[in-house]
Amino acid sequence: MITDVLIIGAGGAGLTAALAAKDAGASVRVLTKEYPTRSQTCMAQGGMNAALGNVSPDSVEEHIQNTLKSAHGQADEEAVRYMCSEAPNAIQWLDEIGVCFSRTADGKIAQRKLGGASAPRACYAQDYTGLKILHTLYERCLKEDIEIHNERYLLDLLTKEDGSICGALILNIRSGELEHHFAKSVVLASGGYSRIYDKYSTNSTASTGDGIAAAARIGAKLLGMEFVQFHPTGLKNSSILISESARGEGGYLLNSKGERFINELAPRDEVSRAINEQILAGEEVYLDIRHLGEEFIDENLPQERKLALLYEKVDPVKDLIPIKAVAHYTMGGIEVDNKSQTSVSGLFACGECANHKVHGANRLGGNSLLEIIVFGREAGKSAAHYTFCDDKSKNERTCKKETNFLDKLKSFSNEIDFYEKRSYVGELFYKKVGIIRKESALLQARKEIQLLKEQLPLMGVKDTGKVYNTNLVEFIEFRNMLDVCEAVVSAALERKESCGAHFVQEEQ
Amino acid sequence: MKVSIKRASGFVMYEVDLNDATLLEVLNSIKTEQDSSLAYSSGCRSSVCGSCSMRVNEKEVLACAYKVQDGDVIEPLKNVTVIRDLVVNMDKALETNKRAKTWLQSYNKEAKLTHEDEKTNALQSDCILCGSCYSACPVYSVNEAFLGPFALTGVWKYVSDKREAEPKEKIDTVQTNGVWDCTLCNECTLVCPQGISSKADIEKLRMKSTMAGYSDPSFAQNFGGGLSF
Ligand SMILES: Cc1cc2nc3c(=O)[nH]c(=O)nc-3n(C[C@H](O)[C@H](O)[C@H](O)COP(=O)(O)OP(=O)(O)OC[C@H]3O[C@@H](n4cnc5c(N)ncnc54)[C@H](O)[C@@H]3O)c2cc1C
Ligand code: SF4
Ligand code: SF4
Ligand code: FES
Repeated sequence: MITDVLIIGAGGAGLTAALAAKDAGASVRVLTKEYPTRSQTCMAQGGMNAALGNVSPDSVEEHIQNTLKSAHGQADEEAVRYMCSEAPNAIQWLDEIGVCFSRTADGKIAQRKLGGASAPRACYAQDYTGLKILHTLYERCLKEDIEIHNERYLLDLLTKEDGSICGALILNIRSGELEHHFAKSVVLASGGYSRIYDKYSTNSTASTGDGIAAAARIGAKLLGMEFVQFHPTGLKNSSILISESARGEGGYLLNSKGERFINELAPRDEVSRAINEQILAGEEVYLDIRHLGEEFIDENLPQERKLALLYEKVDPVKDLIPIKAVAHYTMGGIEVDNKSQTSVSGLFACGECANHKVHGANRLGGNSLLEIIVFGREAGKSAAHYTFCDDKSKNERTCKKETNFLDKLKSFSNEIDFYEKRSYVGELFYKKVGIIRKESALLQARKEIQLLKEQLPLMGVKDTGKVYNTNLVEFIEFRNMLDVCEAVVSAALERKESCGAHFVQEEQ
Repeated sequence: MKVSIKRASGFVMYEVDLNDATLLEVLNSIKTEQDSSLAYSSGCRSSVCGSCSMRVNEKEVLACAYKVQDGDVIEPLKNVTVIRDLVVNMDKALETNKRAKTWLQSYNKEAKLTHEDEKTNALQSDCILCGSCYSACPVYSVNEAFLGPFALTGVWKYVSDKREAEPKEKIDTVQTNGVWDCTLCNECTLVCPQGISSKADIEKLRMKSTMAGYSDPSFAQNFGGGLSF
């Protein structure tokens, strides 16, 4: 049986796309390498932007201007206008399907101010905005009886002779068997690639850029891959995120001498660079929220206290929290137009794996959850429309014979341990393709990545079991990460001037 | 530090040189440095994705939130099939959400939630679907079809929400294999990493059920005959 719309990824973007495609009358199948509710979307705490003006006056126009400014000339104004104008509808829809947003005393959806916004604009659900949005979308999918297959890993996308899409080759992680899922159109919603920075990233371990690498292999264009957003306050040892609200509520940044060295509420890229400079100069950097008081911290920042205790053994009520800036969000991804169509016929993309040209060189806090809802819906609708209206979707659906990486892998020799290389790549990228970039360092990083790619056949998996082989899955992820790394470093080399998150330093 | 982990072949002892580490950090170190065939799930590392629930010394925990002690015994969740090592198949457990219809059935346009209303189900909507409560619940050994703790908490989330226009339908849904099958033992509450008490939610659902004219079926059976003379 062939599905109209096959969706890969079940985070906020994938589930929204699934609901929209089904609503448009298409048959829909969703695949995820995890379970829907385990997707990284659950980690978002801060909020989702919409100019509702519920707390103080705000306007869609201001939302647009703030977004364009932060994008450093790299966004498409029409796309930004569309996203910001749709935001109030998106929030209303989420409210109508049952998301438990926090409320004001007079019964409106509460809003708070995140960095770079001219008004309190982020709608939130306590500390758990992403979790509550994701779970509600999942429950809505249950209601609409959407077909979801868990623990299915996208290996490759399948195309026809004419280059248009015809499905996906999937590894059933549980059984170890290969599956062919044929479809008239495919929506990629497989998330970002910050895990190329390994332990220098706030992200879920699943954010390995699989979908982006698979799309590139069939010729889809990538855009803005050099733009990686570093978040100022990752915990020093684990890189787990301490929410921006800690600074928003009045937290300070201090160095080992106890000095403040930057306006804590400056844009993320500036604060991250300032922190990085301190660390390079041999200082430790700390977040100080002690002055906010125990009662306030327990009421407003309970998760941050819990995580600091657990991972750094410090109690923010009386201790400083050691931090560093780490990779957090990837603005780059598969290039799409306003209808979420990629350069491959029948292949659509949305969410963090796509580049809808709304974040440009620097994303505003709260705009990603918004993007996944607005463009998730667009992608689902467009994919359904394609299956009904485009002749290509009706063409003979014989897929080209695929070359299967799993078959090749059987001859890999396993002399080099890829786990070691995975953390090595993280270090390499953090130092050479990180917060500050120099041409010589980028060239060196590119060389090392190319060498690792050549060495892949010397790596491989130790575990030869068929059932639930995570050693195998992690190796395929590593292969995708190397492809993504190459795209990031090449794009960084091409952009000679500093722009937003891409900061270039002259050679000394 | 030594931990023993239940695998297909039986318990396997591992020695790791880590201090004050979370169980997830210990598992990661075993996986990448000692034994790449060990299988477990994880994602966020920060207690919100619900991937890493397992049992330590017979109690359900999140591996990313539990600090390992020397001699700990690690096992997969109960009441679900083990796929490999610490990885279990959650499909059947998650199916309870679908059977219990944990969703907003029909939006009540008139409803206007206040800051106070928000609190009525804020806690229930903190559920991360980790399945710890499901694993701890004793009912599954006698009744596989029990809707179970997290699904019933999910039902209460919507029954108590003013935006739900048809709460009665939800109450109807949880009469069989639902609210009356719970033994109120409170095991679910003791293991929930989010501080949710499904037992308390089930009690509230029982009250709503009684108000809707339902009664405990086992109760009705026991006394049903005796009163008609
Ligand atoms: C700690 C943290 C806090 C954040 N806070 C905020 C915030 O406050 N506001 C905001 O707007 N944004 C925030 N973000 C960003 C935002 O959460 C993400 O950008 C967004 O959730 C991405 O959603 P998505 O649906 O595109 O991807 P994801 O939620 O990452 O989902 C990706 C899906 O694809 C699946 N997948 C991946 N690879 C494969 C494969 N090979 N085969 C099959 N399936 C696959 C995964 O299993 C998953 O289901 C935050 C991010 C982090 C990490
Ligand atoms: S209180 Fe009820 S739901 Fe909770 S563990 Fe006991 S029997 Fe199961
Ligand atoms: S109720 Fe608690 S224990 Fe049960 S699934 Fe939800 S978070 Fe886990
Ligand atoms: S890894 Fe997400 S809950 Fe532990």
